[in-house]
Amino acid sequence: MSLPNQHTISVMVENRPGVLARVSGLFARRGFNINSLAVSATEDPEISRMTVVTTGDTRELEQIIKQLNKLIDVITIYDHTDENLIEREIALIKVHATVENRSEIMQLTTVFRAEIVNITPSDETMIIEITGDQNRVDAFLETLAKFDVLELVRTGKIALVRGARAT
Amino acid sequence: MNGAEALVKALKLEGVDVIFGISGGAALPIYHALGDPENGITHMLVRHEQAAAHMAEGFAKATGRVGVCLATSGPGATNLVTGIADAILDSVPMVAITGQVPTTAIGSDAFQESDIVGVTMPIVKHSFQARNANDIPRLVREAFYIASTGRPGPVLIDVPRDVAQAPVDKFVSPKEVKIRGYNPNTKPDLSELEQAVELIRHAEKPVLYVGGGVVSTEAHKELLALAEKTDIPVTTTLMGRGAIDDGHPLSMNMPGMHGTAYANWAIRDADLLIAVGVRFDDRVTGNLKKFARNAKVIHVEIDPAEVHKNRVAEVSIIADAKDALRELAELCPEKKHDGWRRQIAQWREEQPLFYDKNGELKPQQVIEELSELTDGQALMATDVGQHQMWAAQFYHFRRPRQLLTSGGLGTMGFGLPAALGAKVAFPQQEVWLITGDGSFQMNLQELATSRVYNLPIKIALMNNHSLGMVRQWQTLFYDQRYSGIELPDVPDYVKLADAYGCLGLRVTKPEDVRPALEQARATNDRTVLIEFIHDADEHVYPMIPSGQSVEDMRLQPRKRA
Ligand SMILES: Cc1cc2nc3c(=O)[nH]c(=O)nc-3n(C[C@H](O)[C@H](O)[C@H](O)COP(=O)(O)OP(=O)(O)OC[C@H]3O[C@@H](n4cnc5c(N)ncnc54)[C@H](O)[C@@H]3O)c2cc1C
Ligand SMILES: Cc1ncc(C[n+]2csc(CCOP(=O)(O)OP(=O)(O)O)c2C)c(N)n1
Repeated sequence: MSLPNQHTISVMVENRPGVLARVSGLFARRGFNINSLAVSATEDPEISRMTVVTTGDTRELEQIIKQLNKLIDVITIYDHTDENLIEREIALIKVHATVENRSEIMQLTTVFRAEIVNITPSDETMIIEITGDQNRVDAFLETLAKFDVLELVRTGKIALVRGARAT
Repeated sequence: MNGAEALVKALKLEGVDVIFGISGGAALPIYHALGDPENGITHMLVRHEQAAAHMAEGFAKATGRVGVCLATSGPGATNLVTGIADAILDSVPMVAITGQVPTTAIGSDAFQESDIVGVTMPIVKHSFQARNANDIPRLVREAFYIASTGRPGPVLIDVPRDVAQAPVDKFVSPKEVKIRGYNPNTKPDLSELEQAVELIRHAEKPVLYVGGGVVSTEAHKELLALAEKTDIPVTTTLMGRGAIDDGHPLSMNMPGMHGTAYANWAIRDADLLIAVGVRFDDRVTGNLKKFARNAKVIHVEIDPAEVHKNRVAEVSIIADAKDALRELAELCPEKKHDGWRRQIAQWREEQPLFYDKNGELKPQQVIEELSELTDGQALMATDVGQHQMWAAQFYHFRRPRQLLTSGGLGTMGFGLPAALGAKVAFPQQEVWLITGDGSFQMNLQELATSRVYNLPIKIALMNNHSLGMVRQWQTLFYDQRYSGIELPDVPDYVKLADAYGCLGLRVTKPEDVRPALEQARATNDRTVLIEFIHDADEHVYPMIPSGQSVEDMRLQPRKRA
């Protein structure tokens, strides 16, 4: 589904000050890529989950995981390469919606099962929210590109593996 | 009891009896606690915090115990940085303690505030900032555990002043350390061991390439057992020197950039490389694609991240080298490699380590004579440069922990404090520092420490009036354009030694080398500094230029007939 050499990993870390700096610093220092990063709470208040999307060949990915494992605050790492994932990203898109194109935008929004979450008629803008896997969000953004996109914000990916196994 | 007192008590519980450091505002509560004569910890006041860190390293490298250094916030802490960086690259167990501005002032650019946890994040194995005085005993315990287990390394404990002064309700130090993200104890996997035995059994031209990991776990006996039983020649990296006695017929001395020709040729032709506690550093491998290109690799490593990092291994054994070597020595059948051994002996005869004895004083001669006089038994610290390589090549090492040198970071100025740290650990042993005029001037103020704490060491300062190693590269690869390498004749080292209450000697002729060394050996009431003056054109050979391979090795030119 995703780009070649793109990997999603979940890094389970101690919920402590400085952990994010340790993890992101390691990526920077060793020249590893971070395509996206989402840090969140988990079912256990002492543990945070960092969902990282990174690019690299198998050997690079192996190094990334091994080097991350050396951080004392890293508890476990799940490599989701080739796993059956549920993955989600959210994007909020603010577009300039004129009387002429508003209905087209609304139609596309419906097609993509996105949602219009705000309309400010006075200055002809609306904010659309889309939630989905990377491909869906990408496709929607591509579709909207022909309109006048004023602002765009997008979260990092979060992911869980289907089934009972902890991931 | 306050936080600082708990800190000192916790250190004592870890068996700490000496700390190297310099005090200052944010560290005052800690110094107050340290100053209590009851606590049984000696504090040694150095003259620069960098030296405190290197002394802790020297102490740690010589003993295998955790070295401890201490500094105040801000400039004190940042002065430790080079030593911490040195310790992470050479895997030295060290705990660095820094004072910090009060928690209430953190983040306000307060006087002498520096975010030392942030500054050192990329160069520590782990770090802590104490936020609550009650946590201090646990942090200390965890710090020592992390620093000394698995792949050793430096751990920082930053202690804000208010935390140091806050009352401790109850001193609780956990009996056992449990850190769920850190499990350093791995045992060799049987199936990997069996595969390794198969490879060893079928190898015809095997080489044992061993390094710092064997030294730090003191697996020399296990190494010897395996090497002798399977008749496999051994080459020891700069950090592995002493893992096998250089007098042993299986020893091939050092590999790599300035390794012996025969070790490098053996690696070139090897069909099996048994890499133990080594990290395929570029100073050893040069061009990785051409390194040991005919060999399969068995990699014995405690740090999984080192396996396949630079070189893919056919078999990897993630374990302590001592356990792995013991098992391998047991499982491997006896074997003889007469032809292979003969080949190496022949290479060695053709191209031994040698230097041009042209009637001038040669630095290699100094090391050679020192090796003879001390019967290879002295503790040898070095600085960084040509003299370091000559010390590694020409001193006859006998046991692990004998060579104290900065390999990974290559820190000039490491030597003097490291030698002093070793002398603190082993006051009865003969400790030598081999240094250069460039390196020595980076931490020479520690002669005061040697004087004040009565740490009499012996210093051989190879004076070529230049940054010799850099000059060598400029000679060979940069058109002999000598740029920024001259060290004119200041200071007068004999007077300098005298000014610090040390004995200073100057030697310029080869025949005076031995008497001077003997005089130094006989002088034990103070540090002796011998300045050996030698020519700047002397080069370290063999040399494989950076990034190249054994085919490009340059050899010591033969004397013209
Ligand atoms: C001027 C200069 C020139 C140099 N030239 C050379 C040269 O010609 N030849 C040379 O060899 N070096 C040379 N060096 C040193 C070089 O830079 C490296 O420091 C050195 O080669 C690394 O040694 P090592 O591979 O033994 O690894 P170390 O840095 O000593 O690392 C030890 C390895 O062992 C592992 N380990 C630790 N504990 C254990 C254990 N208990 N069990 C198993 N594994 C363990 C660690 O994880 C690590 O991977 C030079 C340095 C300088 C400054
Ligand atoms: C702190 C530091 N700065 C710079 C260097 C780069 N460097 C490596 S060797 C060397 C020259 C060392 O000169 P000296 O100590 O006189 O030893 P020599 O090579 O002459 O034996 C220099 C500058 C270094 N290794 N460390």
